[in-house]
Amino acid sequence: MQFALMIYHTREEFKMRKNDYNHPHLGAWRAYYKALVAAGVYVGGNALELPETGTTVRVREGKRRVQDGPYADTKEQLAGFIILELPSIDAALEWAARCPGASIGAVEVRPLAPEAMRRGFTGE
Amino acid sequence: MNEIHQEDTHRIIERVARESYGRPVAYLSVHTHDLASAEDALSNALVSALNHWPREGVPKNPEAWLMTAARHSLIDVIRHQKVVLESEPTLKFLTENSTEMSLSTSTQFPDERLNLLFVCAHPAIDPGMHTPLMLQTVLGLDAARIAQAFLIAPKTMGQRLFRAKTKIRSGGIPFEIPQERDLPERLDAVLEAIYAAFGLGWDDMAGADHRGRDLAEEAMWLARVLLQLMPREAEVQGLLALMLHCEARRPARRDVKGRYVPLSEQNPEQWLSPLIEEAERHLAEAFQRGRVGRFQLEAAIQSVHAERARSGRTDWAAIVLFYEQLLKVSPALGTRVGNAAAVAEASGLEAGLAVLESIDRDAVADYQPYWAVRAHLLQKIGKTGQASEAYDRAIGLAEDPAVREFLLQKRG
Repeated sequence: MQFALMIYHTREEFKMRKNDYNHPHLGAWRAYYKALVAAGVYVGGNALELPETGTTVRVREGKRRVQDGPYADTKEQLAGFIILELPSIDAALEWAARCPGASIGAVEVRPLAPEAMRRGFTGE
Repeated sequence: MNEIHQEDTHRIIERVARESYGRPVAYLSVHTHDLASAEDALSNALVSALNHWPREGVPKNPEAWLMTAARHSLIDVIRHQKVVLESEPTLKFLTENSTEMSLSTSTQFPDERLNLLFVCAHPAIDPGMHTPLMLQTVLGLDAARIAQAFLIAPKTMGQRLFRAKTKIRSGGIPFEIPQERDLPERLDAVLEAIYAAFGLGWDDMAGADHRGRDLAEEAMWLARVLLQLMPREAEVQGLLALMLHCEARRPARRDVKGRYVPLSEQNPEQWLSPLIEEAERHLAEAFQRGRVGRFQLEAAIQSVHAERARSGRTDWAAIVLFYEQLLKVSPALGTRVGNAAAVAEASGLEAGLAVLESIDRDAVADYQPYWAVRAHLLQKIGKTGQASEAYDRAIGLAEDPAVREFLLQKRG
């Protein structure tokens, strides 16, 4: 089963993303990534740029509406995602708890849609 | 009635609920086999207590009062279920004893909690649900609180508890104390489940397997209840001794800034000596019974560590001896890693590493203490490259930010 770990950062956490590669915060993330790969559960993922670099698009009654910033104006913002291959939601929650993002911001765990639904969306 | 008095009454109800939750639930469910209904009945009784006690005063025997109220509530529930024929014997039991109970406030009803503990840890129930069932039915913890401790979504925990109780009701799981032949194995399951609530799996030189269960108090409560019900079982005392030793070190596990302090660097003056003394008493009594088991051996290891408060040193050779015994009865991953750490201290780093190497790599892919101990030993030997790799694994698998921070600093 595949699960998405969606990582939500606080403002302080976004500030910690400096280019200082020896920053302990980055060290924790690198170690987490290594542990995921070594355990054979990592499928993919990436970090996202800062929320203010986002642009939100809607089309209503044939008119385009473009808005600066992220979709939702909340205290914690989506900062990245990881896709994991795991036997159960219990295992996914274990890995979410180990995520450095969980001890400051929050990590949402959600199963990826099953294959049948994916085919419905993609027509493949 | 003034407000202060009302608050007192609420507090009394809370205390009574907490201290005697398991007894009415056990007593009612032993006869009905229906845990969920027994719990519902007790909840109703508690609500009724909140209504009556502040007005009428707290009864002389609050537990018996709750029992009577719960019994009446259960009678109502069963009558509404309309399966009258099947529930006839249950109703008979409930009504027969009901009047006598309400007349005499001093009547004691038998303590059936031991039956309940054995039901919760019955082999037909998913082992992962043993502890949650005990926490709910004996201590009255709600599903949401248990879910936090076990890192499971609250709704999922609620469903799993419901399914387990349905299985108990309809699966013919007997509400009785196992026969002598089965007793050791069945008691092990009960002890395991209590220890799982304690949740401090590993706490040694450089690794920490904190599951964040945060239910140490509840686990010790359960162990005390069990000891009260089975005062002659050595392993019950062993388990309580083990938990008391670990609990005694709680204040020393963090420094003033909240940083993680491993056992070897803890200041023994910060250990809670009354708990250590109590642990030692239980362990000595357990050993006298001449039936050594897993929990007594684990407690003995902790007892050697506690000795440092008096002698200023740790007798690693003694710890290795206890580990050798422990490996014979319980070769769990944590035991093997702990043994490697102890061997490294007693016979040298290379010997310790060799013990680690003998552990199957697949088994430790996500086992944090293995990597923490490995990193520590490799660093001491001077293999910095390999140590750094192992530190990364240990850091990546750590859940506690304080442990993560500690390991990041050690890795350098």
